[in-house]
Amino acid sequence: MAFYFVQFLTGLASAASLFLVASGLSIIFGVTRIVNFAHGAFYMLGAYVAFTLTERFSGAVGFWGGIVLASLIVAVVGVIVEMVLLRRIYHAPELFQLLATFGLTLMVQDIVVLIWGPDDLLGRRAPGFKGAVDFFGQNIPSYDLFLIGLSPVVLGILWLLFQRTRWGVLVRAATQDRDMVAALGVNQKWLFTSVFALGVFLAALGGALQIPRDAVHHALDLRIIVDVFVVVVIGGLGSIIGAFVAAVLVSELNAFGILIFPKISIILVFLVMAVVLIVRPWGLFGKPEAAARRTPGLTVNPWRPLTSNERWLAISALAVAAMLPLLAGNYALTVGSEIAIFVIFAASLHFLMSVGGLASFGHAAYFGLGAYGVAFLAKAAGLPMIVSLLMGPLLGLLGAAIFGFFAVQLTGVYFAMLTLAFAQIVWSIAFQWVTVTGGDNGILGVWPEKWAAGPASFYWLSLGIAAIAVALLRVIVFSPFGFALRATRDSLLRSEAIGINGKRVQWTAFVIAGTVAGFAGALFAYLKGSVFPDSLGISLSVDALVMVLLGGVETVSGAVVGAIVFKALNIWLVSQTDLSKLVLGGFVVLIVVAFPKGIVGVLETIRNRRRSSSSKSSSPDSSLATSRIETAE
Amino acid sequence: MSMVPTLLSVENLSKSYGGVHAVRSVSFSLRSGEILALIGPNGAGKSTCFDMLNGQNTPDSGRIKLLGEDTVGKKPRQVWRLGVGRTFQITATFPTMTVRENVQVALVSYGRQLFNLFGSTANYARDEAGRLLDLVGMGAYAERPCGELAYGDLKRLELAIALANQPKLLLMDEPTAGMAPRERVELMRLTAEIAREKSIGVLFTEHDMDVVFEHADRILVLNRGSLIAEGTPEQVRGNPQVRAIYLGEGLVYDARHREGAGA
Ligand SMILES: Nc1ncnc2c1ncn2[C@@H]1O[C@H](COP(=O)(O)OP(=O)(O)O)[C@@H](O)[C@H]1O
Ligand SMILES: [Mg+2]
Repeated sequence: MAFYFVQFLTGLASAASLFLVASGLSIIFGVTRIVNFAHGAFYMLGAYVAFTLTERFSGAVGFWGGIVLASLIVAVVGVIVEMVLLRRIYHAPELFQLLATFGLTLMVQDIVVLIWGPDDLLGRRAPGFKGAVDFFGQNIPSYDLFLIGLSPVVLGILWLLFQRTRWGVLVRAATQDRDMVAALGVNQKWLFTSVFALGVFLAALGGALQIPRDAVHHALDLRIIVDVFVVVVIGGLGSIIGAFVAAVLVSELNAFGILIFPKISIILVFLVMAVVLIVRPWGLFGKPEAAARRTPGLTVNPWRPLTSNERWLAISALAVAAMLPLLAGNYALTVGSEIAIFVIFAASLHFLMSVGGLASFGHAAYFGLGAYGVAFLAKAAGLPMIVSLLMGPLLGLLGAAIFGFFAVQLTGVYFAMLTLAFAQIVWSIAFQWVTVTGGDNGILGVWPEKWAAGPASFYWLSLGIAAIAVALLRVIVFSPFGFALRATRDSLLRSEAIGINGKRVQWTAFVIAGTVAGFAGALFAYLKGSVFPDSLGISLSVDALVMVLLGGVETVSGAVVGAIVFKALNIWLVSQTDLSKLVLGGFVVLIVVAFPKGIVGVLETIRNRRRSSSSKSSSPDSSLATSRIETAE
Repeated sequence: MSMVPTLLSVENLSKSYGGVHAVRSVSFSLRSGEILALIGPNGAGKSTCFDMLNGQNTPDSGRIKLLGEDTVGKKPRQVWRLGVGRTFQITATFPTMTVRENVQVALVSYGRQLFNLFGSTANYARDEAGRLLDLVGMGAYAERPCGELAYGDLKRLELAIALANQPKLLLMDEPTAGMAPRERVELMRLTAEIAREKSIGVLFTEHDMDVVFEHADRILVLNRGSLIAEGTPEQVRGNPQVRAIYLGEGLVYDARHREGAGA
């Protein structure tokens, strides 16, 4: 009994940091409507800076002062980020806001390694809380008791701040209705900045307070952000009470989950989240949101199928690509195969994101599931390659069917958070369930059979499947289903009013995208001869997003171009620098701010401009056309 | 007239938001081919009525019978399948698709082809979509991106979309808001023509009393959620309560009508 009680207290103690970070995220979202994906990065920075300060300054004052000072320093960093980056993108589509803050996260990962090195850092114990309290023979660290007491105090302070100060009243008003605050003549810029500073301060404090409990390392950010997303999805984005309750709930589920499913404790959290999503899709304490802003929204360029000239052009390009083995060596062919595989992967995400308007931040889950599917079939069941290659992706299909069902209940940022959380759950399972997946060591020896083993044969195989996948997805875009999907993306209200079951349509799209990604993963397993949890990881999901973005979110064929350019650059970059995440993250931020239409988007704009200037006389009454986009309330 | 079957009957429909009674115990019925106007000042509860009728919103109490079938609790898409077309006060269309494609989607849905993954939609019901667009006078704009249309044209496009499932009932929430006066008259005349020809029942709201009196067979007057008058244009025009509300609102009847009313 005592054991369970101690386990319960441990859970409560873990909830403290989670609550701090989640409430910060919620406050920022409430006012700015930005889901700050970089929140985990601020948490991690808080831990690193606090580590340095508490090492430098001795004594109790040095420790506690260091914790607070570290949080303040990181808050200042947050202010700079807000002023330099976020102010430029408050009015951008939310996809771009998510991507920009994600880009920041990537940059911070390399920056902390640059400053603090790659090794785990063990921080000081907290003065005054070094010992443990005995509880019927079980030890409870007294620092845990301190943390347990801290969260209600912080909750109370936040409550007072929002109820009793003029600033708090403004923040609450802005959360309710942004336009109204603008009308009151409040300096909105500084309101946003101060709110962001508070949110970042809370995140950094959460990180700083963890150093007596946990080693500081450079993967803290992703670990916490996934938990935080789960917390805000359960508690309701924008609600501080919700963040508190859900943080406790999630921490307790983790604490007891370990006892029930030691290997895959995360399953329990997933189950609870799934139930909440079905019963209250906007979270326990959240409010139903007005329909999300449309994800794309830079242009209103209708899509059209390829003209016969363009089709010939595409076939010629494919033919040229097929001749690569005549010219290039083995290394180039391997790179070529990899690029072809990522074309499939990017095209599948593009289908979900551009055609379906559902920006998944965890698309690698289905890629990785396809890869593991192949590994299981080929290694464990010993099936022939062709069978494994065709059946392996079914694991991606299955995962997409399960997770997609829940994910499509949500839209916009909630969808993004949930897909990311799902992907991380799959990753954790692959990582923790060592007996089945081999854990970190992966599954080795997934080699292609003789007929596909040569670099040239494998290249042709990949290229062929890529061509089929891209063509198939394109056919679907212009099929009746594709129309229904685009209609659902454009206006949920209107599509529902003409008999379209939007959720079912989006779920189908999710499954299609997941299955196609599974094929990419299946090929990838054979290309590398092995499967690791990395192939389910967040950085792979982000790579796919960047490929789509680079090519052009709002184009039909952008993903193909984006994948080729990105993958080629990426392979080159990794060979040139150790700081590939820094460069990649900076690149993401740059595209979002300076170049949001992507390569194909820019080309199309140029072409359209040329076309319209040459046919000005023939367009009837273009003066009538006011270019307004009406979105449903 | 009594031979014409009742298309829609509404009994004691109510909805409140917190303390606000948006709609209070509203009852009325509508026959096939009849054009019924629902008028009332802003905030009277008209849009809330429309939303409950097409399943967008659930009433707190009351019954809605469409062709004998109870529709309370049905989703908009299910109500649509029963033969109800709707336009919105704030237009809802598909901005990244062309005008023709907007109509084609509705036709795809009507033809139950939504999950057809491998067909081509380029020519799917192309002519049918063209006919509908011609009907509302948008034929010339068929290949335009819908996002570029002027507001009045969007309203006409919405009408074409709403007609795609060969509806028995059209719900039009302020179909002419934001249009020039001439366009308004034009659009309502067109709607009336189509409705009479195909024997479609129409329920519409409208602020322009010229349009209402010219085209409505019957008028319902809603104020603060309650029906305060109902009758033919002549009857409603002469109703002092209605006049008081409208005069209070600053929306004065057209002089022509006042004379015509002989009040
Ligand atoms: N979702 C809602 N939440 C709260 N109040 C609402 C909501 N929708 C409508 N109302 C209120 O109900 C009343 C009727 O609104 P509405 O049906 O839009 O009127 P109308 O269309 O006649 O202008 C108004 O007082 C409005 O403020
Ligand atoms: Mg209204």
